[in-house]
Amino acid sequence: MKRIGVFICHCGINIAGTVDVKRVAEALKDYPGVVLATDYMYMCSDPGQSLIRQSIKEQNLEGVVVAACSPAMHEVTFRKASAQAGLNPYQTEIANIREQVSWVHQDDKEAATRKAIEHIKTIVEKVKYNESLIPLSLSLVKKALVIGGGIAGLQAAIDIATAGYPVVLVERSDRLGGHVGQLSGVYVNFNAARDLLQSKLQAVQANPRIQVFLETEVEELGGYVGNFTAKLKHRGSDGSEPTFSEHTFGAVIVATGHSLRPLSKFGEYGGGRYPDIIDALTFERMLAPDGPTGGEIRRPSDGQVPRQVVFVQCAGSRDPEHHMPYCSKICCMYTAKQAALYRQRVPDGQAYVFYIDIRSQGRDYEEFVQSAMTQHDVLYVRGKVARLYEEDGKVIAWGADTLTGKPVEVQADLAVLATAVMPAEGAVELAQKLRIATDEHGFFSEAHPKLRPVESLTAGIFLAGTAQAPKDIPETVAQASAAAAKVLSLFSQRELVAEPTIAYVDEELCSGCGLCIPACPYQARTMHPWKHKAIVNEALCQGCGACVVACPNKACKLRNLTPSHVLAMMDAYLAEV
Amino acid sequence: MRIPYYPGCTLSTKAKGFDQAARQSFAALGIELAELKTWNCCGATFPLSRDNLLDLAGPVRNLVSAAAEGDKLAVACSTCFNVLKRSNLVMRNEEDKREKINFFIEADYAGSVQVLHLLEILRDEVGWDNLAKAVKKNLADLSVAPYYGCMFLRPPKEMGFDDHENPQILENFIRALGAQVADYPHRAECCGNYIAAFDLETTREMSYLILASARKAGADLIVTSCPLCQFNLDRWQQDLAMKHGGFRPIPVLYDTQLLGIALGLDTTTFDLDKHYVDPRPVLAEKGLI
Repeated sequence: MKRIGVFICHCGINIAGTVDVKRVAEALKDYPGVVLATDYMYMCSDPGQSLIRQSIKEQNLEGVVVAACSPAMHEVTFRKASAQAGLNPYQTEIANIREQVSWVHQDDKEAATRKAIEHIKTIVEKVKYNESLIPLSLSLVKKALVIGGGIAGLQAAIDIATAGYPVVLVERSDRLGGHVGQLSGVYVNFNAARDLLQSKLQAVQANPRIQVFLETEVEELGGYVGNFTAKLKHRGSDGSEPTFSEHTFGAVIVATGHSLRPLSKFGEYGGGRYPDIIDALTFERMLAPDGPTGGEIRRPSDGQVPRQVVFVQCAGSRDPEHHMPYCSKICCMYTAKQAALYRQRVPDGQAYVFYIDIRSQGRDYEEFVQSAMTQHDVLYVRGKVARLYEEDGKVIAWGADTLTGKPVEVQADLAVLATAVMPAEGAVELAQKLRIATDEHGFFSEAHPKLRPVESLTAGIFLAGTAQAPKDIPETVAQASAAAAKVLSLFSQRELVAEPTIAYVDEELCSGCGLCIPACPYQARTMHPWKHKAIVNEALCQGCGACVVACPNKACKLRNLTPSHVLAMMDAYLAEV
Repeated sequence: MRIPYYPGCTLSTKAKGFDQAARQSFAALGIELAELKTWNCCGATFPLSRDNLLDLAGPVRNLVSAAAEGDKLAVACSTCFNVLKRSNLVMRNEEDKREKINFFIEADYAGSVQVLHLLEILRDEVGWDNLAKAVKKNLADLSVAPYYGCMFLRPPKEMGFDDHENPQILENFIRALGAQVADYPHRAECCGNYIAAFDLETTREMSYLILASARKAGADLIVTSCPLCQFNLDRWQQDLAMKHGGFRPIPVLYDTQLLGIALGLDTTTFDLDKHYVDPRPVLAEKGLI
């Protein structure tokens, strides 16, 4: 019989305060197969781990049960300790007597102690049947797909290609550059956006490792980290049928950018029916030297230079009742820039900015907004604009000055709305194709808001730029480089390593009924083309066990959790203490 | 088609023409507006005091009467419509209030009736295309300013049949009748009638903003379905014309009055002569009466 050691952790008083750990150790001592049952204050500490290592060597242990916290916390820790002592790590298991015992039975110490004993005996039985497993190694295609040719996609492609790996960059429209390509000057130094973009475009064009596909979208994405298969759809020229191409990639960066809340959604501001109520991107084009007016500020209705301009911040942002609840983050800064540029170009003009708060977090940002107020004499009014309409050739803004508590009416020539930043059109559909998550607004969700901000929840798919949330150019570029760094650390491995505790099929028992295929939530099951037996894609399988339940012949099994394991565990759990 | 119909107090007293035009026009379109056998004042106070359950007893009694006669209730007056529709939602969605009100008025009602405004019936039951086909008079030369007021569209989550900031139902109605829509910015602004009792001057100026704006947009007349707005917009125009030089008074009609005129009905019971600003000259000038 396997020689098994049981290590019971006090977790300070987290476990020992409720569970009588000495009695648990005593009860396990004579359990069949157990050659050692001991307790310690903190098993995860260095001395705790060293106790496990030492016991493995001295007692020739062939299996280890650590009765401690959830395996999500320290399974890796204890398996590593076992491996250091020469024991196959898959011979070490956790019995969770903290979250599942001591924390939930604090008012009944007797019952908690008995439950802890049952728990540990169950896991001892499991370890008796455990096989020594070797982690899986998966091949890795060292080529990246970048979706979106804006500043985020360009930066990510440049970083990956510079490190020596090939990149395919796909862009839906007929040009690279995204929104940055539509801007005039950028805050806080008024540098021309064109120049910023040009340096990136040249780097992309100069790098032979970057292949650019314009007018191309991702039609399908299959496979898994290291081995994605992508079907790309290339729009046909002059309305001809689209063509498709297939590629394999090791990693994907999603940098699809954003759209703006359309004026038609703003009934309170005319719903798009007034020519001189425009959104800030339209005004930005007016400021840009390559724009429709050649950089001259002229209002759309009659081409006159507007003498009074009202800028409306938070148009559709921070308004959960009617529009989007979130802050679009970039508007305070670009509105200050646009108002300052307007004042520079129309020195006798008056600019009003209606704002709720000024959010100017960034180096030199606050100084920049202050300079718009002081150097450029932009008049900031703290309050929302309730209504905008046109009458007698004027744009009338009704608002409030909340600092004086008075209603305000401005008769202007032009109104510029800082409309809310929204996910790009088709973002949710793309998320479904890529099997990544979006938030309730359609922005792609990161794996962890603090610790994994550039990863999606799907391994091998990373996020960059405003596709994930509103952000400005420096943040977008930083995130794009971070996503590229994640891709590079993936590509720096020789091969991918995966957990072996996944499903397998006993071909003798499999009748080829195929019930496991729809049961699998990870698309890891397929039918062998001519054997007519179910097969498991080891890279996609997450070991959830749905196929095991679905299989009528018990041909599907999970490694180290076979029916033999489970029946022995049940026997142990249901036995009288 | 027969739809139970709630006229309300104003339509039985000061706005009889609104009521007559509604019944006759709908009859001409093949819909009988069947007045409820018993009904009482809707109270008109629901929007002002939401927490007072007693204020709900009146409107709910009307809904109970309606439920005995059908599954729909047609309403012409915007304010009655607002009160009845929102009271109905309370009965449908708020169990606590429902039980108390049912206990108090000795009923067992849970919001089953669908409260519909006449314009909704024109849009959804008749259809704009069918309405256009039924039009007998040529209104092409008439420019009409739609006026929504507050009660018809708000609160949007409860009223919910049109965009409260950029509504279209009156515009579509006017177009279906073959008239031109006068596009002006203040069609859903408050006319001020709620403060008329204690600040008439402000009320008048609020009305003036709307009236002058409609005139500027080239309107020959204004249509509305709110008797409170109609009175308020109509009543002070002579005073406003004295105060604001150059302002030309503009008639304010009920939507059903314009509907009846367009359908070529006899207008003698429409009370066109009872408006403060007489609409008959402009209607005659356009060859409509």
